[in-house]
Amino acid sequence: MKHFVQFMKSLFLLELLKGMNVTGRYFFKPKMTLRYPEERTPLSPRFRGLHALRRYPNGEERCIACKLCEAVCPALAITIESAEREDGTRRTTRYEIDLTKCIFCGYCEESCPVDSIVETHIFEYHGEERADLYMTKEKLLAVGDKYEVQIAQAREQDARYR
Amino acid sequence: MPEFHNYTLNFGPQHPAAHGVLRLVLELDGEVVQRADPHIGLLHRGTEKLAESKPYNQSIPYMDRLDYVSMICNEHGYVLALEKMLGIEAPERAQYIRVMFDEITRLLNHIFQLGAHALDVGAMTMFLYCFRERESLMDMYEAVSGARMHAAYYRPGGVYRDLPDSMPQYKPSKYKNETETARMNEVRSGSLLDFIEDFTNRFPTYVDEYETLLTDNRIWKQRTVDIGIVTPERAKQLGMTGPMLRGSGVEWDLRKKQPYEVYDKLEFDIPVGTHGDCYDRYLVRIEEMRQSNRIIKQCIDWLRHNPGPVMLDDHKITPPSREHMKTDMESLIHHFKLFSEGYSLPAGEVYSAIEHPKGEFGVYLVSDGANKPYRLKIRAAGFAHLSAMHEMTQGHMISDVVAIIGTMDIVFGEIDR
Repeated sequence: MKHFVQFMKSLFLLELLKGMNVTGRYFFKPKMTLRYPEERTPLSPRFRGLHALRRYPNGEERCIACKLCEAVCPALAITIESAEREDGTRRTTRYEIDLTKCIFCGYCEESCPVDSIVETHIFEYHGEERADLYMTKEKLLAVGDKYEVQIAQAREQDARYR
Repeated sequence: MPEFHNYTLNFGPQHPAAHGVLRLVLELDGEVVQRADPHIGLLHRGTEKLAESKPYNQSIPYMDRLDYVSMICNEHGYVLALEKMLGIEAPERAQYIRVMFDEITRLLNHIFQLGAHALDVGAMTMFLYCFRERESLMDMYEAVSGARMHAAYYRPGGVYRDLPDSMPQYKPSKYKNETETARMNEVRSGSLLDFIEDFTNRFPTYVDEYETLLTDNRIWKQRTVDIGIVTPERAKQLGMTGPMLRGSGVEWDLRKKQPYEVYDKLEFDIPVGTHGDCYDRYLVRIEEMRQSNRIIKQCIDWLRHNPGPVMLDDHKITPPSREHMKTDMESLIHHFKLFSEGYSLPAGEVYSAIEHPKGEFGVYLVSDGANKPYRLKIRAAGFAHLSAMHEMTQGHMISDVVAIIGTMDIVFGEIDR
């Protein structure tokens, strides 16, 4: 009897029909795919994307060239040079991140004592040549100026966990 | 009458079924494999050597990149070795978070393995369904660490940040109006724990679907039953661990045999196979997914009722909170010291192993008392499995080689290191 049942199951392709039942059900369900440039997946406030250098509200750059991010960077992607400015404060003369080396671990942001270097929600940048992926101080500050609202909002949301 | 000799075939490194950069030199007699010779090293990045040149904490992100399908488990092995050496233990809440994310990682890995294996033997649908679930799991990763894959979330002495109380939401777009977006955001309305719990409630149904599609399917069975049989004795001799060993019927799981973190407080079962073929290993992995789901549920329950610190308060090892760092001089000094020099481990050596989704992931660390390891050796489960390639494929057809690679769950990041 057992063999007969097995034979009939096999003959009528029962397990294949069951499988097709599953796929058939999904055929009529709403799709879970997103049409990317217009639709986006949500990003958490902790997201680690392209870097930016921030400024204080009065326009002064935050970075004080303590070089902690340079020291902590596991991929050695950050290069900093500093000098004393005319008003006696210490600032960077060169702050560069090589995005081709960066592994986006977020340690630079974690280490920064003045919340200057941050990782933003931008993940869709590109470069047409290698130098485009070498972020200079001007480029980093420009990213920071452009997205300051978003950056500040994300930091505020996550502040109590850090 | 000319005499035919064996035919040598290069399989990979660019073969889509080679799971990355496996180069396999196959000696064939007709379609039957006589000898299989895996060549490795094409993804060698020198992680072990690299670790010797940087303070302990800075190697954590590199651990993610070893086995890039189960990222957080690699970190866990490394962090446990450091903790063992330092003689510290993470706060209980951190331990539960770690166990929960280890099991989420196990789901990630097994789902990926299942999808890729099924795709290799011709079941395209499985791959799509599996990646659908991976999406939710990666959202959990991102919510907690900020990266979908390479989390860098575990630290010696705990985890970097506590679980967030809110989840990011979808926004209405050209294609989806408010109501549709609200429907998608339903599961994201609560905290991360709510999101995970909702997933664990749904997940068993998904596994049932996988089983409906595969377990009884005649094509799947033809491709996996009696393929790549490993006897329990041979499995032990070959140094196999994880599902590869359990598929052969040896009940060995470090989570039960040498419990680390809080596994001894959680209830779960160890599935074992009976026959040791690809089909048994598939069944073991399916059951492991169900068990992981069970563990995650228990962790959620505990985490809901027990708030607390997720990081040790010893600022010689763990950084102080940002608020303290900005207001307190001593904390600032600790902060600078930790992020520049790091901490030193006492001289000595340590081996710590965890039950990685693929098997035993061990970290052997020799310290000479400095702030960076003298030597770091990583024991990757996949390496031992790959070395059994010849034995498992000998006498099988060439198409079975693909099924065997799939069942081995090979990821080159950890084999080549």
